[in-house]
Amino acid sequence: MWENFPLLPKRASTFAPGVDALYGFLVGMSLFFIALIFILITVFAIKYRRRSAEEVPPPVRGSLLLEIIWIVVPLGLVLAIFGWGAALYFKMYGRAPAEALEVYVVGKQWMWHIQHPTGQREINELHIPAGRPIKLTMTTEDVIHSFYIPDFRVKKDVVPGRYTSVWFEATRPGRYRLFCAEYCGTKHSEMTGWVIVMEPVEYQNWLSSGGGGRVESLAQAGERLFQQLACDACHREDEGGLGPPLRGLFGRPVMLADGRTVVADEAYLRESILNPDAKIVAGFPSPSSMPTYQGQITEEQLLQLVAYLKSLGEGGGQR
Amino acid sequence: MSAPMVESPRAWRVNYLNVSYGIRSWLFTTDHKRIALLYLVSVTLFFFLGGFFAVLIRLELMTPPGDLVQSETYNRLFTMHGVIMIFFFLIPAIPAVLGNFLVPLMIGARDLAFPRLNLLSWYIYTLGGAFTLAAAIFGGVDTGWTFYTPYSSTYSNSNVMLTAVGIFITGFSSILTGLNFLVTIHKMRAPGMTWFRLPLFIWAHYATSIIMILGTPVVAIAILLVGLERLFHIGIFDPKLGGDPLLFQHLFWFYSHPAVYIMILPAMGVINELITCFSRRRIFGYSFIAFSSIAIATLGFLVWGHHMFTSGQSVYAGMVFSALTMLVAIPSAVKVFNWTATLYKGSVSYQAPMLYALGFIGLFTIGGLTGIFLATLAVDVHVHDTYFVVAHFHYIMVGGTIMAYLGGLHYWWPKMTGKIYPEGWARFAALVIFVGFNLTFFPQFVLGYLGMPRRYHVYPDEFQVLNVMSSAGASILGVGYLIPMIYFIWSLRYGPMAPENPWGAKGLEWLVPSPPPPHNFDVTPVVTGEPYDYSPESEREHAR
Ligand code: HEM
Ligand SMILES: [Cu+2]
Repeated sequence: MWENFPLLPKRASTFAPGVDALYGFLVGMSLFFIALIFILITVFAIKYRRRSAEEVPPPVRGSLLLEIIWIVVPLGLVLAIFGWGAALYFKMYGRAPAEALEVYVVGKQWMWHIQHPTGQREINELHIPAGRPIKLTMTTEDVIHSFYIPDFRVKKDVVPGRYTSVWFEATRPGRYRLFCAEYCGTKHSEMTGWVIVMEPVEYQNWLSSGGGGRVESLAQAGERLFQQLACDACHREDEGGLGPPLRGLFGRPVMLADGRTVVADEAYLRESILNPDAKIVAGFPSPSSMPTYQGQITEEQLLQLVAYLKSLGEGGGQR
Repeated sequence: MSAPMVESPRAWRVNYLNVSYGIRSWLFTTDHKRIALLYLVSVTLFFFLGGFFAVLIRLELMTPPGDLVQSETYNRLFTMHGVIMIFFFLIPAIPAVLGNFLVPLMIGARDLAFPRLNLLSWYIYTLGGAFTLAAAIFGGVDTGWTFYTPYSSTYSNSNVMLTAVGIFITGFSSILTGLNFLVTIHKMRAPGMTWFRLPLFIWAHYATSIIMILGTPVVAIAILLVGLERLFHIGIFDPKLGGDPLLFQHLFWFYSHPAVYIMILPAMGVINELITCFSRRRIFGYSFIAFSSIAIATLGFLVWGHHMFTSGQSVYAGMVFSALTMLVAIPSAVKVFNWTATLYKGSVSYQAPMLYALGFIGLFTIGGLTGIFLATLAVDVHVHDTYFVVAHFHYIMVGGTIMAYLGGLHYWWPKMTGKIYPEGWARFAALVIFVGFNLTFFPQFVLGYLGMPRRYHVYPDEFQVLNVMSSAGASILGVGYLIPMIYFIWSLRYGPMAPENPWGAKGLEWLVPSPPPPHNFDVTPVVTGEPYDYSPESEREHAR
């Protein structure tokens, strides 16, 4: 019955019931306090209304006990609400499940570019299967945007110069609205689209009709770029190149020249391509002999390169 | 206090209004009461200008497609609406009008500590306003009042710099006002006016002044940095230039969250005065209310990150900010409970200022409770940047601050002008405003949870019904605001003369004639008791 309740959006992800339950609790609590204050004020205002112009009632002093009660009880309540909200938040914005399907999103005034790992590309539409976690890795070419699917109760800002990510699992096939929620300029309100959730079988059909084996996968596109940009001139398979070899790099700790160790995640790969001097690998000269690729490749190409490097990490590359 | 309630046919008496005439006597005045009136005129002009933009916004949103204005125009409308209402109306309204007028009177001083600085602050405000108006006239600005980078620093083609300079300049007028209040409250209290004998209006302004002095420089710096990046392409916020876009959000909210308390604390101060007077009752829990203002001012500086839960900041930072935000809700709740308890066994009358005060309590309660929704991490992920947030802050800033401002204006109008406003009309207007307000903004909570993002010019059809309801409510609200404007002006000429204490209220401001003489007190008053000393004994004493 709540499914069609007109005051709530559809509930189409695994997060939605949890968020709605918490929201329901908050609404209930608010109604209680609003009713309490409203009734008290009304009763006092009527019962103690001024009956003659000269009337001056005897004074009532404060009450320490009452003050303590109305500090401690609300405090307990809000801290409980904090814990509840934080637990759900941690799940949404925490690490995506390992089996999650990874999709890449690039925002651009005023549209959404989507790339699937299998190479399909879409604009303002995102096709996904129901019942499988989806992890979005997102960035933007220009200003801040925000990827928002109300029916999933999911939102995450998309910030230039870095990757943000969020995950969710759709539960019901259908078409759901996608909005840009962070004001991004003239056509902000038209930076919208649809998320199309399909049964897994249908999704497979969609994938294969979208080019089947003919589509170049994201990692393949990245590999092509890797050669075009002559990255492979220095990053060779063996130790003899001007730069470190990259096979198996993703997800591993890297020793830096300044003694720190960092994990080679997406942000590290991105930074190393755009700003090679930021973190120098131990044993290589500083400033780096690698040129910067800032301004030479698009965010989408950068994602392809990252996908390629990740595929090397999993031993899935073709070299 | 032995003056009779009804004055005998009055002999001509010098007061701050008739002591001198002519435009120069106003533009060069250093009398805090006249400066308050200068501010009253200025903020009223800005209020109606900001309101005009709001009318256009609500008209556009009657229908889903963008048909009344173009997107460029729409974005300028909501930006100018926000900038004007926040920086040029809400922040100065209560402190610079009511605070300016009343702080010296309430503590028994002849003026503020630095009268010339006070005049200067009005000129600075006016100059800042002129820049912002110029920006509006030359085509407006389209960044939203939040000026998020890199949109504002690199991408926007509108008058960002002109507006930013206007806000930057106006900030100094807040700083000067805050400084003036702090020094005045510390140094110029009348003999016997100890800290715990101060009216709570003064405590509220004390807390507000601290925020003004500590917070405003930070927003000034943030604006300056946006300017540096726009004009000289120094990479601060735009990642293409090597900057960090989120840094701006941190700087901006470090000021602008406390700034929301600049807008509400003085309003709470007003409510204390109204509730006590119209229930003839000492305030319940004086020290809890006083310290809750200080707690809000202090904690308010530690919660800015609650505007950034979805920004990609670390999950752990989000948790800390969420927990701290929950704590801020407590002092707000303490105030609401104490106000309610103040009515208990009181002698409650329903004159217009009291109607506004009761309206304030109701709307502020809803605003504060929905603040808890927003502080709740998982719920905020869904409703952040939707109409839910819009409804929340309008409940607090329009439902709260403007109700309190209007309530205060009615309450002290006889003191400020020496004239009585028409009570029947005033009650009627209070009711119209309350009803119009709820019709306008309650549907926006629902819209927000349904997922309608804010700052949307074009929106999906399914949101139309609620938007039409909101626009209909806004037309009632608009009428509600025009009525007081009309009868206040009418009363200046036709209103009956006000006695010195028309409400039978306590407080030093009611001991002087209405309007007060140029230097407030001919004899420095000596304070011997607590504020809000409404009790049979004190009445008997006074009768003697
Ligand atoms: C009980 C106390 C309050 C709590 C717990 C609270 C909480 C919040 C939270 C968490 C947000 C961020 C929502 C988001 O952007 O997703 C928010 C937004 C806002 N609040 Fe409050 N709030 C409270 C009181 C106030 C007061 C007293 C004011 C003003 C007088 C105020 C004005 C605002 C404004 C202006 C925004 C939105 C700013 C924007 O994005 O344009 N709030 N509030
Ligand atoms: Cu805030």
